[in-house]
Amino acid sequence: MRAFEYASPTTKEQAVELLTKSPGEAAVLAGGTDLLALMKDDVIAPRRVVDIGGLEELRGIRLEGGRGLRLGALATFEELLDHAEVKKSYPALWTAVEGVTSPQVRNVGTVGGDLCQRPRCWYYRSGLGLLAQDGGRSLVTDGDNRYHAILGGGPAYFVSPSSLGPALVALGATVRVFGPKGARSLPVEAFFRTPKASGERENALAAGEIVTEVQVPVPAGPNATYEVREREALDWPLATASVALKMGGSTVQSARVVLGHVAPVPWLSAEAAAALAGKAVTEATAQAAGDAAVKAAKPLSGNGYKVQLARVAVKRAVLAAAGGGAR
Amino acid sequence: MKDDDGTGEGVSRRTFLKTSGVPLAAAPVLLRTRVVRAAGDGVEIHGPGKASFTLNVNGRPRPVEVEPRVTLLEALRHDLDTTGAKRVCDRGTCGACTVLLDGKPVYACSILAIQARGRKVTTVESLAGEGALHPLQQAFVDHDGQQCGFCTPGFVVACKALLDKHPDPTPDDIRRGLGGNLCRCGTYVGVHAAVLQAAKGGHRG
Amino acid sequence: MAEYKWPEAGKRTLIGTRISRLDGPDKVSGRAKYTYDVSRPGLLFGKIVRSPYAHSKVVSVDTSAAEAMPGVKAVLVIQGPGTEVQWAGDEIVALAAVDEPTAEDAARAVKVQYEKLPHVVDDYDVKAAGAAAKPMAEQTQGEPDKAFAEAEVVSEGEYGSTVMTHCCLEAHGAISEWENDKSLLVHISTQNVSGIAGQMAGPLGIPAGDIRVKMDHIGGGFGSKFGPDRWTIVAAQLSKKAGGKPVKIMLERDAEQTIAGTRPSAYGRVKLGAKKDGTLTAWHSETWGSGGIGGGGRVPLPYVLEIPHRRSLHTAVATNVGSSRAWRAPNHPQACVLTMGAFEDLAAKLQRDPYDLLMQNIAMTGVRSSIYKEELEVANDLMGWKKSWHPRGDKTAGPVKRGLGLAIHTWGGRGHDSAGDLTLQPDGSVELKMGTQDLGTGTRTAITIVVADTLGLPMEAVRLRIGDTLYPPSGGSGGSTTIGGVSAASRRGSLDLLDQLFAKVAPALGVEPGALEAVGGRVRVKGDPGQSLSWAEAAGKLGGIPLTVRGTNPGPGDLINSGVGGVQMADVSVDVETGRVRVNKLVAVQDCGLVISLKTAESQCYGALIMGISYALYEERVMDPISGRMLNPNMEFYKLAGLADIGELVVRMMTGKGYDERGVIGLGEPPVISPGASISNAVANAIGVRVPQIPLTPRRVLSALEGRRA
Repeated sequence: MRAFEYASPTTKEQAVELLTKSPGEAAVLAGGTDLLALMKDDVIAPRRVVDIGGLEELRGIRLEGGRGLRLGALATFEELLDHAEVKKSYPALWTAVEGVTSPQVRNVGTVGGDLCQRPRCWYYRSGLGLLAQDGGRSLVTDGDNRYHAILGGGPAYFVSPSSLGPALVALGATVRVFGPKGARSLPVEAFFRTPKASGERENALAAGEIVTEVQVPVPAGPNATYEVREREALDWPLATASVALKMGGSTVQSARVVLGHVAPVPWLSAEAAAALAGKAVTEATAQAAGDAAVKAAKPLSGNGYKVQLARVAVKRAVLAAAGGGAR
Repeated sequence: MKDDDGTGEGVSRRTFLKTSGVPLAAAPVLLRTRVVRAAGDGVEIHGPGKASFTLNVNGRPRPVEVEPRVTLLEALRHDLDTTGAKRVCDRGTCGACTVLLDGKPVYACSILAIQARGRKVTTVESLAGEGALHPLQQAFVDHDGQQCGFCTPGFVVACKALLDKHPDPTPDDIRRGLGGNLCRCGTYVGVHAAVLQAAKGGHRG
Repeated sequence: MAEYKWPEAGKRTLIGTRISRLDGPDKVSGRAKYTYDVSRPGLLFGKIVRSPYAHSKVVSVDTSAAEAMPGVKAVLVIQGPGTEVQWAGDEIVALAAVDEPTAEDAARAVKVQYEKLPHVVDDYDVKAAGAAAKPMAEQTQGEPDKAFAEAEVVSEGEYGSTVMTHCCLEAHGAISEWENDKSLLVHISTQNVSGIAGQMAGPLGIPAGDIRVKMDHIGGGFGSKFGPDRWTIVAAQLSKKAGGKPVKIMLERDAEQTIAGTRPSAYGRVKLGAKKDGTLTAWHSETWGSGGIGGGGRVPLPYVLEIPHRRSLHTAVATNVGSSRAWRAPNHPQACVLTMGAFEDLAAKLQRDPYDLLMQNIAMTGVRSSIYKEELEVANDLMGWKKSWHPRGDKTAGPVKRGLGLAIHTWGGRGHDSAGDLTLQPDGSVELKMGTQDLGTGTRTAITIVVADTLGLPMEAVRLRIGDTLYPPSGGSGGSTTIGGVSAASRRGSLDLLDQLFAKVAPALGVEPGALEAVGGRVRVKGDPGQSLSWAEAAGKLGGIPLTVRGTNPGPGDLINSGVGGVQMADVSVDVETGRVRVNKLVAVQDCGLVISLKTAESQCYGALIMGISYALYEERVMDPISGRMLNPNMEFYKLAGLADIGELVVRMMTGKGYDERGVIGLGEPPVISPGASISNAVANAIGVRVPQIPLTPRRVLSALEGRRA
């Protein structure tokens, strides 16, 4: 890790000013699990690290009656795991949290940090950038891409590492950010972006902006997440799906189906939603939703298996949401 | 002395010159802490050189002088000679560096020492009392929950945290509570049995 | 003259019992000091600049900026301009500085220019490897061509095991310091305390006797820590440059994963011929694999089963990667995967239960066939094999399919050369000094058990010192050779000590020395226990001078042996929609002669099964074909099994009559051999198709299932 200077402000205004007036690149430190690894691997080398852990206003999980759930950017995974209402009414979110089987990560991992963490793509982590290109050639397509994107790829093929992203998108959450120009809100699906050129980021944060909170509306109906991971020990999912259904009697009025770890962003699948609309949830309709979700998939040389994993994740998430499927 | 990283923002810059703490004969060390104004308030900026602060380790105040880039793990091991926690993956995956921060298990490799100011750091060294192991440690010995033992301190701390939170853990609690620790020798059978023995009621199974 | 044999079953007080490991309290409390924990006055931290390219030539090296940095005390160019570097991660420059951050900064300031050269890192694609793939001599016995022509059933398939790493939790490394210009003190993480000095002497140009090597505890070795390695030599050279100050070089995790040890790959197409009744007749294998730039990758085939007519062809693929090292039971796990996989596929083709087929062919396991037979029967009971086995392909509804698989293995495990000095002080205290090491296998505990049991003392009465070249030499701990070596040396030494003590004590008790025995902390007359002296009183007869005897292995008497057989059975569930495999239960039945320390012996078996599950399901080194670098030199994507990934493990040690009489045989390697094959076979039994390579990741399982559909 290269040397840097460190500040620990106590308000978001201080934090933003410290970030914008940094003598060089500045980085936001929340839980630290990702930032420290990036610095140790020399992927980033900030001159200044702004520790926002002391911003009390960013803490906590609050139930706000009809407005749903307010997650402070510093709310931890462990707090989410222990939150009875999250478990009861937001199972899509809770299951995504539960998939992080390391309490050491859950105790420091924050909502904001989860949204802002950088991709795990091994080419990116080797310092080759988000597009992992060398003289215009993609190292991902020509190299080992077993964990890379099957949807939405090109020229970037990393997968969004966010654990909460798919569930938050499925639940229609909005993210609130604060920066030099004040506060703004945007839907979580608009927060994540696929960089199209080198230098572009994978999220919508402008310079000096930090995530302050996430608002999750009261779910319109049943919701669930299904994750395919190789191990029970701390492990990144190979594919996940989060599903939020709005039911009219026994049929699905509308659905939001979001795939995780298969695209550079949490992948909101209109095709899967369409496959479910107006149908009762059965094994067959769930399967159809899974098939629809991966219809546009373009697997690379070594990740064709992820098409099947995404398909089955959607099917199982749909069934789990409807109460018919096992975890 | 010259402030070569001038941000143009400082209003009350201070540069401390202190004598290094422990070895009396040591040369004076330049400690870089200054205050800048941000959003109308003074905010301390530490580093990039060594900063001086105090950690609370196992109930004792422990002054350290380290650069902001030094992790809690390295400060514990190099500066405080508390070597129970190990550096293995150094990327927050394997759990060998697990310590408690305000009672909760964390990866000491993934927290800066300076972040731990004002918080209670508990390491494996604090578990055993005078001449007697903690019942959980004794359970590790009884069930041979260690071979080479390099992952063991981290496992012991993680198990302690698990049992603090779930005195009678379910299989799901164990799965979620110990998924952040890895062992190469394969001691999981012994670790699992040790957790059950040390659990409330000390049942076996 | 003592009779050099083990005590009979009824007379063992400690041997073969479950005793908690002696260093357990130190390990659970964080007190145990590993090389990595050792701090020395004035310690400097070493860092190494490594080649980023898989194959290159060093063009220029500029260390001036690093040397000019405050706090940098020594810089050494290891491979200078003109050197051809054969793998990414190889050492180019080393330096030492006052603290780790400074050393890191300095390493970054070193400028090295390389000329990139073409590389091969793909060990599977033999064609693409071109000239790097070299056929090795054919191995043939009997008349395989004729046997295949006459075979009534022939099964063919592809099997294999990818490259994996040792992934020791304590990285390789050492602290070297010159105590004056002539003698060197080395704290090193090693499996070979007594053997390190001899390997450092040449490169450093000093007599081995001037090098003292120490180690208390080691955080894993698994076959990768027998030598000092270049970085330890370099640490000594840096120390010299820095005026003798201690220099610590422990590998970073990425270097540990990249260059400090791998298990070679082995892939192969195997043809197995049999008669209609199931009698195995012919073997033909064409294998390939790589252990690094030296090629290699050949494993003994067919494994365990001495099929009468056989031919093995092998192509060694030289790859630009860090070299392989002995990995717990070198070559056997791969050979087991290749052989037992082919055997299981033949059984499926014959529509036979592999258990029955193996029993039918059990004579082909050779001299240990009766042991294998008994072990198979025990394993059958423990697994309920005959009750739950089904023909290939679980036909039950739903995506989760269950299956059973089995495998057998063998290992030698004869004790290595070992010596220990056992001293009895006039106050009765007992101390054994032996230059061995405890890898976490329980060596300390086992030695103490032998000495205490032999001398009739409690464990606490024996003080053991190991891990230092000041003590008599003991072999490297590898190949399951330690327990035989140290236990035999300890037993002989203890018996000799008793002999000499009895000679001194006998007059006081008015009997011949041969009439004495040491039991329960007393020296007493056999058959007349009332006539006795306490241990301390007996020691008082030494005449005020300590008594030291040296116990050795080899030595008189048959205390050790070689050759074990083991059987393992796996019960797995496979989700055919996700390709995810879970081990429900793994049964290991293992013999190892006389067991000294039962609790730690069982731990060896549990540990081996867990390691086996880990490599069967998760572990795989991933190389980038373009850059030639390892893509997962970490513990995030180089995946080890966790506590909740292992299922139920059942270990049964074959002990007692018929086993104990053979003497002590090593145990570290054998139980790690079969898990890959038994789990792979169980998956094939569950899903109806063979997944050709381990680890059995969702990617491979789904791909095998796709193949069936296609």
